[in-house]
Amino acid sequence: MSELNELTLAEARDGLKAKRFSARELTQVHIAAVEKARALNAFILETPERALAQAEVSDRKIAAGEARPLEGLPLGIKDLFCTHGVTTTAGSKILEGFEPHYESAVTANLWRDGAVMLGKLNLDEFAMGSSNETSAYGNVVSPWRRTGSDAQIVPGGSSGGSAAAVAAHLCLGATATDTGGSIRQPAAFTGTVGIKPTYGRCSRWGTVAFASSLDQAGPIARTVRDCAVLLASMAGPDARDTTCVDLPVPDFEAAVSRGVKGLTIGIPKEYRVDGMPAEIQKLWDQGAAWLKDAGATIKEISLPNTQYALPAYYIVAPAEASSNLARYDGVRYGLRVPANDIVGLYENTRAAGFGREVKRRIMIGTYVLSAGYYDAYYVRAQKIRTLIKRDFEAAYAEGVDAILTPATPSAAFGIGEKASADPVEMYLNDVFTVTVNMAGLPGIAVPAGLDSQGLPLGLQLIGRPFDEETLFAVAQTIEDAAGRTALPKPWWA
Amino acid sequence: MNAPVNPKKLIKGGLHDWEVVIGMEIHAQVTSRSKLFSGASTAFGAEPNDNVSLVDAAMPGMLPVINTECVAQAVRTGLGLKAKINLRSVFDRKNYFYPDLPQGYQISQYKDPIVGEGEVLVDLPDGESITVGIERLHLEQDAGKSLHDQAPNQSFVDLNRSGVALMEIVSRPDLRSSEEAKAYVTKLRTILRYLGTCDGDMEKGNLRADVNVSVRKPGDPLGTRCEIKNVNSIRFIGQAIETEARRQIAIIEDGGTISQETRLFDPGKGETRSMRSKEEAHDYRYFPDPDLLPLEFDQAYVDGLAAGLPELPDAKKARFVADFGLSAYDAGVLVAERASADFYEAVAKGRDGKVAANWVINELFGRLNKEGLGIDQSPVSADQLGSIIDLIGEGTISGKIAKDLFEIVWTEGGDPRAVVEIRGMKQVTDTGAIETAVDEIIAKNPDKVAQAKEKPTLLGWFVGQTMKATGGKANPAAVNALLKAKLGIE
Repeated sequence: MSELNELTLAEARDGLKAKRFSARELTQVHIAAVEKARALNAFILETPERALAQAEVSDRKIAAGEARPLEGLPLGIKDLFCTHGVTTTAGSKILEGFEPHYESAVTANLWRDGAVMLGKLNLDEFAMGSSNETSAYGNVVSPWRRTGSDAQIVPGGSSGGSAAAVAAHLCLGATATDTGGSIRQPAAFTGTVGIKPTYGRCSRWGTVAFASSLDQAGPIARTVRDCAVLLASMAGPDARDTTCVDLPVPDFEAAVSRGVKGLTIGIPKEYRVDGMPAEIQKLWDQGAAWLKDAGATIKEISLPNTQYALPAYYIVAPAEASSNLARYDGVRYGLRVPANDIVGLYENTRAAGFGREVKRRIMIGTYVLSAGYYDAYYVRAQKIRTLIKRDFEAAYAEGVDAILTPATPSAAFGIGEKASADPVEMYLNDVFTVTVNMAGLPGIAVPAGLDSQGLPLGLQLIGRPFDEETLFAVAQTIEDAAGRTALPKPWWA
Repeated sequence: MNAPVNPKKLIKGGLHDWEVVIGMEIHAQVTSRSKLFSGASTAFGAEPNDNVSLVDAAMPGMLPVINTECVAQAVRTGLGLKAKINLRSVFDRKNYFYPDLPQGYQISQYKDPIVGEGEVLVDLPDGESITVGIERLHLEQDAGKSLHDQAPNQSFVDLNRSGVALMEIVSRPDLRSSEEAKAYVTKLRTILRYLGTCDGDMEKGNLRADVNVSVRKPGDPLGTRCEIKNVNSIRFIGQAIETEARRQIAIIEDGGTISQETRLFDPGKGETRSMRSKEEAHDYRYFPDPDLLPLEFDQAYVDGLAAGLPELPDAKKARFVADFGLSAYDAGVLVAERASADFYEAVAKGRDGKVAANWVINELFGRLNKEGLGIDQSPVSADQLGSIIDLIGEGTISGKIAKDLFEIVWTEGGDPRAVVEIRGMKQVTDTGAIETAVDEIIAKNPDKVAQAKEKPTLLGWFVGQTMKATGGKANPAAVNALLKAKLGIE
């Protein structure tokens, strides 16, 4: 009998319901797995006592026949979600020891549905990064390694802790957030599934902000179905976030088995970027072939403004971030480095509290919003954003149901490999994912195979606004065709 | 701006006369129970940091949600200023660091305010009226308060005010003297109070003015302006403008130039001093707040609010002139406060409007001013004052007695009619009783009677004696008529 942590979330749910094991047992197995996997540095904070206490409540609920949708299922929570009475750091020194007196809307929804919290997951500082190397609490190590190599690999970012923990079976699923690809890129790098729902599907209330107009929460899990189950609980209207839509949450799990017959899948020619590795092109073609075999129509489409998305993103996101992060000033909470006057206090606190990448983006954002530069940068970036949105609208108006692209331009890279590189090289990781955030659309990354070095590769599906259901159906078809990716060998345990 | 120059308003300089040009930004606290983007209370006088929500303290992950009552108040105010209401407006972030600004930005409206151009009609003390253009009105958050006097080496921050809704009302540079500026703020405050959108309490800081002042030779283009920040009384607004205009004139007449800057008015020293120059001005890095969707509503919403507006001072004044036959001046005095106007109307209802206005303005307001009381604290109610006027009208008491009666009602209260009964203050109209008194006086003063035939002005002496003899209750007209007849005076 395999360990309980090898079950998928849906299997574990069904097992609990059938009383094949208890929530306490399931939780204990996960707590042990977390403890053994500290070499991955996926958790910033482990909360085993809380997990066990929640599991006991779940066992009572199950015994009483009152199981809720996520009853007794152990999850990891990205440390960007504020959790009541549990330290929330956003991966930054500036929030070291910060204990919120409130619970984020997304995590509150999970606890409402009976989920169990194993702890807070590592991430790039303030979700700014694509490799989880910018965290003030150390980088996360991917459970994956290249065939025949001991070199440490990045899990991607910013939700690197979420992806690594899910891939290494430390939790059944995890919350994550995605501003430019922070769910989908780490999912692709770790052979897991991650969905960024439509902007407005999940409330942003209580989630530490990076770039407000782009940030969106979503799950990372090991299967498409598990993501559907988790998103159904995470999503929902919230009057406290005026950008959160007042739409009922569909039965996402039911959509998983819809199939793709009769659907039209768009292949955007502009995503065939210069220097794309042959392996990625091959994977992409393979994905299209699988969908065609399953009854979908494949159609080449054009999204002509794609090339401007990344530069525009790196104006809009830092601009919003520079303003969102102004509140970390050492006055009310978090780190304070004293000085003789208030300006000194700001300077000392922010110099000590923020890491290099965060400072870089605050500087960029401050610059592009400055008098005399605002029109040249911010206003033009917003215009590009409108054009990108229109590209997608035109494609969908022509009958395209979902768009298939690679999730990333390459497989995961080694830790430190890009440390000395031009930061733009790191930013290029987001080239296929940022368009989705800029247009506010839903996007899912699903594993589709391994590269020649044995590292996972993922495909991305982009959907119509608020049509995550089609994405789940199409992603499930790819998951079925690709087969579940082999597990990384547990070298860390 | 190119209105003919009124020479009376010019300031005398060493070389020539100078025209002062003034524009104002008024920050008016919106009357609402909770803050602009949070549910925290706006109540004044709470302990420091009692009225602070997670949003006001800018805790991580907190988001603003617009308070629809504040939006309604801004629209009502816009309607009261006869301004264009923008059905779509945008909230922007104004970024700067300050300890009493927890978010590190103020949520304000920059390019697309909720209210556009409007105007305010301002009556000046000399009877002239001017129209002051309103450029815009926008909604924004107030900041908190830094407390520097709590500890020797530390400052404290009180966030009770942080996030309270303000309306910034920006005028065009249409004002040409400190008198005009003061009259403008007074009128604006009256309108806000009529609308119930701002209590206008300057002592509590609920209405503050930033005053832009420049000077020029009449006919020249606008001079360089200085902005005097946060002036918090109407008197100080006048003083600040006078002081600043003279400072600028002195500099220019000495061959200097004015540099654009922000200044503070120190009422103690009677001077303005530099706060920061244009070069030191903040770059606020305005951009649309991504946490908030554009604010949109339809014309029906605006029409609904318009239908619920009270009668405003200009309309009320015109009606008082037309319906009650009041002078424009008296009507203006009465409508300056909505409560005064309401009081007057209650008194005037079914009575002679002019008589009512005389009593309200001269007797009641005079007395209230003397005692430092507001109309809402008046010991004499509209009903009581109305009864007093009725008693005069029906001849029950004389005007003179009425003043005594007013005094009694003021200090002791009671139904004036009953007071008159109980105290025997009724006017004697019974000519028999008056005649007895008159006959007695004539009999006692034959010498005066003789003189009176030569000198008819002596009649006054006889009237006085008669009134004295009757305890002031004799009807003066009857006394006069009787005396004239008996003394043989024409």
